[in-house]
Amino acid sequence: MRELRIAAVAVIAFTVVLGLAYPLAMTGVAQVAFPRAADGKTELIGKDYSKDASLFQSRPSVTGYAPDATFFNNQGPNQRDLADQLKGYVDDYLKRERPFTPGLTAAKVPSDAVTTSASGVDPLISEDNARIQANRVARERGLSLQRVLVLIDDHVQQPLFGLGGPKSVNVVKLNDALKEMR
Amino acid sequence: MTAAGWIEIALYLAILTALTPVLGGYMARVYRSEPVFLDRLIGPVERLTYRLLGVDPARGQDWKAYAKSTLVFSAVSWGLLYLILRTQGIHPFNPSGLDSGTWDLSFNTASSFVTNTNWQFYGGETTLSFFSQMAGLTVQNFVSAAVGIAVAVAVIRALAARSGREIGSFYPDVVRTILYVLLPISIVVGLFLASQGVIASLAGDGGPVASQEVIKQLGTNGGGFFNVNAAHPFENPTWLTGFVEALLILLIPAALTSTYGRMVGNRRQGWALYAAMLGLLAVGIVVVAIAESDPTPAMHAAGITGSNLEGKELRFGIPSTSLWAVITTAASNGSVNGAMESLSGIGGLIPMANMQTGEVIFGGVGSGLYGMLMFAILGVFLSGLMVGRTPEFLGKKIEAREIKLTVFGTIGVPLLVLLGTALSMMKWGKVSIYDSGPQGFSESLYAYTSQANNNGSAFAGYTGFVQPSDAPQFGITYADLAGGLAMLAGRFLPLLAVLAIAGALVEKRVTPTGAGTFRTDSPTFVVVLVAVIVIVALLTFVPALLLGPVVQGMTDQLF
Repeated sequence: MRELRIAAVAVIAFTVVLGLAYPLAMTGVAQVAFPRAADGKTELIGKDYSKDASLFQSRPSVTGYAPDATFFNNQGPNQRDLADQLKGYVDDYLKRERPFTPGLTAAKVPSDAVTTSASGVDPLISEDNARIQANRVARERGLSLQRVLVLIDDHVQQPLFGLGGPKSVNVVKLNDALKEMR
Repeated sequence: MTAAGWIEIALYLAILTALTPVLGGYMARVYRSEPVFLDRLIGPVERLTYRLLGVDPARGQDWKAYAKSTLVFSAVSWGLLYLILRTQGIHPFNPSGLDSGTWDLSFNTASSFVTNTNWQFYGGETTLSFFSQMAGLTVQNFVSAAVGIAVAVAVIRALAARSGREIGSFYPDVVRTILYVLLPISIVVGLFLASQGVIASLAGDGGPVASQEVIKQLGTNGGGFFNVNAAHPFENPTWLTGFVEALLILLIPAALTSTYGRMVGNRRQGWALYAAMLGLLAVGIVVVAIAESDPTPAMHAAGITGSNLEGKELRFGIPSTSLWAVITTAASNGSVNGAMESLSGIGGLIPMANMQTGEVIFGGVGSGLYGMLMFAILGVFLSGLMVGRTPEFLGKKIEAREIKLTVFGTIGVPLLVLLGTALSMMKWGKVSIYDSGPQGFSESLYAYTSQANNNGSAFAGYTGFVQPSDAPQFGITYADLAGGLAMLAGRFLPLLAVLAIAGALVEKRVTPTGAGTFRTDSPTFVVVLVAVIVIVALLTFVPALLLGPVVQGMTDQLF
């Protein structure tokens, strides 16, 4: 009985301190100190740009780029369903980009462009992927290819002197900057 | 993988190794009640807590009393969490107006968090309110971690003891763990994560994520605020947050080896365990990183070249995702920064094998160390048999009772895994399986491996909960109950076994080291330890692994 009483008091006390005071205080401090980060920076969430062929396109998503109902694709490495799905992504990519990048084949498409990300809202694409898309974007928007490539260069991110992951570009930021260009 | 990727991994291991004696030394002082720099700040809070609970921190417990406190505390924790989940609909901080959980899903989730497993049949943002996440899950992230560490410290005390029957006192151990270790690190690193873009808000489309994210990694819990866990940009926004969170995962399990070495009076003992763990970890990382650098059979079929980025986030790429996949399953963390189910055949084999060691390659906070100590005891026993001497561990004779308990503690969980997987291949388990062919079998094997070993990562196609957009949600009762029971048994059977071993060892006299002593702080012992883990734990699973990931890793066949 004594054990039960101690346990009950302990669990309630921990719930008040660790379950209410701690998360609410942390959230409050973060809201005051880093308001933009704490609310969620919009450029962290990839978007669906497929309606507008003059913009850079995000990686494929099975969730419709929903940030509030996320799930994985969950297809194993040897699944026929996955192969069919990926073929579809390759076909889409080639159909969209080949008119502007003659000679583009499946083997030359960067793998990030035709595979689903984990979250379904990956805001990044690889630099190689962006450079292929630049041909289409430049033509569709009537910009010189050179200017679009420079824009990509300005947006390439590679943390920690190149150690932090593959060279990539944030599509949200890139498209926002693109829309500003005249 | 690129040279930069290998350097990133080497850097990770170097920083982890450097932090191990720092935190390990601090924790040794905390558990020996020696002065530490946070005393002035935390001391009064600590004493107030003892007064509130009505416990005398100076009064020790023998192993039975310690075990009783552990079980009663965990049972009450379970009860409150289950209640919170079942009454979610009436609580505040529920901007999306989510319903209460079903009984079977709530059973699974409560068992999941109290056992430090954090298996996710629940759907994160789509099933749990902010209140459930904070008052339910975050609390258990702290206390289930503290329970594991407390038990490990009690076992260390028993090994170090020269007389008496007491192995410490449960509540002071838990309270000191929370106040001196978990909470200070969570506050500092949690605010850092928030500054980097991990969200912290109470608005409907946000969530109090930063405060939960930090302790879920630090306490090797792993249950995600979001369904896709640390792959979600709001949980893990940049390469840097990924690197820091990855360090948090192994920080305490690694440091505890150093705490152990210091508390038994020979730091080399701690480094020997660390070496065995690091060796097994490094092999796993290398294999996964190489496997993921190639396209999978499905990518081949679609004509795609390049690395396996299916189910991976580009800010992490192959290096960080491979590293995370290995450390999250070596430690019993189970959070993910990419889809485990999308790993290549061999890439998915390693995480399963990591868990199947019984979570001793660093393992869960506390549970990893006490699991490893059981293998160490088994190691000296087998070595003793080979040379015909009575085995000793840290000068204490290992006799029949300890060996029986050790075998129970190390073989029990593998049995649970195989039994659970076999049962689930029959009628009731089939509805949970998502993929066809060997991958479907791998999903089941992974599910029971993960739950029984209290890891919590998943081949996430496997489900115990269905939430169609056009119909009411429902749990899959069999999967929820079988998984929940596997988690409870997988947590508390080894925990009781190791406390009983502590009870048996604490009273034994220490014989001085002599010329014939088999040294447990030597490279030879590290090799013996690794061999015992591979032979006793891993070989048990070879037939099962052949049916799933090995088949897939060896062929280009589609299923």
